[in-house]
Amino acid sequence: MSIFDLAKVPLRELNAALHSLPPSTNETHWVVTNPGGKHAIACGVDAPITIDIEGHVGYYCGGMNKEATIVVSGNAGVGVAENMMSGEVRVKGDASQAAGATGRGGLLVIDGNASARCGISMKGIDIVVKGSIGPMSAFMAQAGNLVVLGDAGDALGDSIYEARLFVRGSVAGLGADCIEKEMSAEDKSILKSLLKRADLNESISPDDFKMFGSARRLYHFHIDNVDAY
Amino acid sequence: MTVPPPHRTPPRFSATFSPQTIAEIQRAAATGIYDIRGGGAKRALPHFDDLLFLGASISRYPLEGYREKCGTDVALGTRFAKKPIKLKIPVTIAGMSFGALSAPAKEALGRGASAVGTSTTTGDGGMTAEERSHSSILVYQYLPSRYGMNPDDLRRADAIEIVIGQGAKPGGGGMLLGQKISPRVAKMRTLPEGIDQRSACRHPDWTGPDDLEIKIEELRELTDWEKPIYVKVGASRPYYDTALAAKSGADVIVLDGMQGGTAATQEVFIENVGLPLLAAIRPAVQALQDLGLHRKLQLIVSGGVRTGADVAKALALGADAVAIGTAALIALGDNDPQLQAEYEKLGTVAGAYDDWQDGLDPAGITTQDPVLAARLDPVKAGRRLANYLSVLTLEAQTIARACGKSHLHNLEPEDLVALSIEAAAMAGVPLAGTNWIPGITQ
Repeated sequence: MSIFDLAKVPLRELNAALHSLPPSTNETHWVVTNPGGKHAIACGVDAPITIDIEGHVGYYCGGMNKEATIVVSGNAGVGVAENMMSGEVRVKGDASQAAGATGRGGLLVIDGNASARCGISMKGIDIVVKGSIGPMSAFMAQAGNLVVLGDAGDALGDSIYEARLFVRGSVAGLGADCIEKEMSAEDKSILKSLLKRADLNESISPDDFKMFGSARRLYHFHIDNVDAY
Repeated sequence: MTVPPPHRTPPRFSATFSPQTIAEIQRAAATGIYDIRGGGAKRALPHFDDLLFLGASISRYPLEGYREKCGTDVALGTRFAKKPIKLKIPVTIAGMSFGALSAPAKEALGRGASAVGTSTTTGDGGMTAEERSHSSILVYQYLPSRYGMNPDDLRRADAIEIVIGQGAKPGGGGMLLGQKISPRVAKMRTLPEGIDQRSACRHPDWTGPDDLEIKIEELRELTDWEKPIYVKVGASRPYYDTALAAKSGADVIVLDGMQGGTAATQEVFIENVGLPLLAAIRPAVQALQDLGLHRKLQLIVSGGVRTGADVAKALALGADAVAIGTAALIALGDNDPQLQAEYEKLGTVAGAYDDWQDGLDPAGITTQDPVLAARLDPVKAGRRLANYLSVLTLEAQTIARACGKSHLHNLEPEDLVALSIEAAAMAGVPLAGTNWIPGITQ
């Protein structure tokens, strides 16, 4: 196990060490102490390792992650796991804005709440938020799944493409071209699988959720949709 | 009483309701949608044509035109990057996407630029393997849409350009109409095939200069501080945008005037938002000078650069390099008079074709139609571009030597005068034949 104390060692040294790991590395468990809200902790990792971060992190923790499992035992700043490609990022506390933004793969689990723009422009990532999410979440979401056990803020899924949004609580309002949709058996299966991967009690049923997605009315320019442009 | 024909006044067109304006009103009424086209501002604007070099005489020594050295190289990213880019010529190829352009066009740009030692730039939609392999120096654009963005391509790039905006549409997002969302383009951008793509105009995970600084830090950490980080802005508030980009930690600032082209944008946006390049360079340079950073971080300017004289004038006003887009496409074969009959079928003429959004380009450049794209020979087109880039450089050197400069970067505002009061004010150089710089001297 490798331990980096960011109160003593520069962030650059940590990220350089993580980036130098070959895919077959035996150094599979890393612990980061005293993160102190620093930005870009463990961004750009490309190896199947586990990184435990003991404390709060700043912006872009786990950004563009590939393969790694990153656990933040604290709160996360803006853009946690932004553009994640694969692997997992788990936040034990709350997450700030743009959690999982533009993510293309992997799983982001937030035990607490996530602020505005959660899953903005998501492109294939799966996100599970055990609390609530702020406004403008899943804006222009292209692909992937966003699961929210709590409530969703206003303008959910504005200009959404083909992502699925599952919300158990209330939705303050839907954005342009986002509508409630009936869940198919496949949708329920995806949701059930995500709940399980997020270590949620199996007593939570997919039937407790509503699903939202694209009405596909804005896919082509048309003057009759002018109010939405 | 009817006036007989010889005494009638000839038809008089309104300056306000010109034939072009009337046609646009009629088009809008018929279609109910704004006009979308490619290219940059077409209206007459104060430009480099309004400036002249003074040349050398008794008070200034010229250099021998073909013998004495006149350097053209430029290093980009010397501020923070471990691996700055070194270009042989100060003319780069601006960001243009695969999607907006065909694969052969992207290949040709790479071939032409690489042949003369300069860089090309990706665009919205990500990096293709072809453009990476054909561009010896490739700048990877990091755009609000983040289509096709992945860390492997970031690491494969030679530099990263964070795009805040572009001159054709400062404040506007990208647009690619359904005709060009082919299966490959759709897959790269994670979009359904054939939809009208409307890209975001703001980055999804940062807002404002303080956040931008942190975003730049993330990109540097991701790439181990090797790559130069560019920040591209459309010319709108060039003094403040330049100062804020510099404060945020950019290595290179790219400033794009409203003559800079776009693949597809609303005509009303292209013609009515932003500044002409001539008005933007001096405020940007002033910001760098005020911060003590002129020539320490580099300024690339673009938007209507056509000739070596334009290159020389941009550098004399304080830029370190220029970028070309529209001119590069013309060099590849865009708007070729030999295609006149085909342009006429599209309702236009060679020299005016700008419906790049439709994907019907007979030159095979702004299209995703495989039959049309196959018309462009990337080797021959690349050679044409290399020729053109060489001519731009030779022309700029010719002027620089005449001004007594042993490097293009030694050109300075003192070498210039303006032909109009507007150009003198914008460029901060005297009106020709006077000592008057409007706004600066009495």
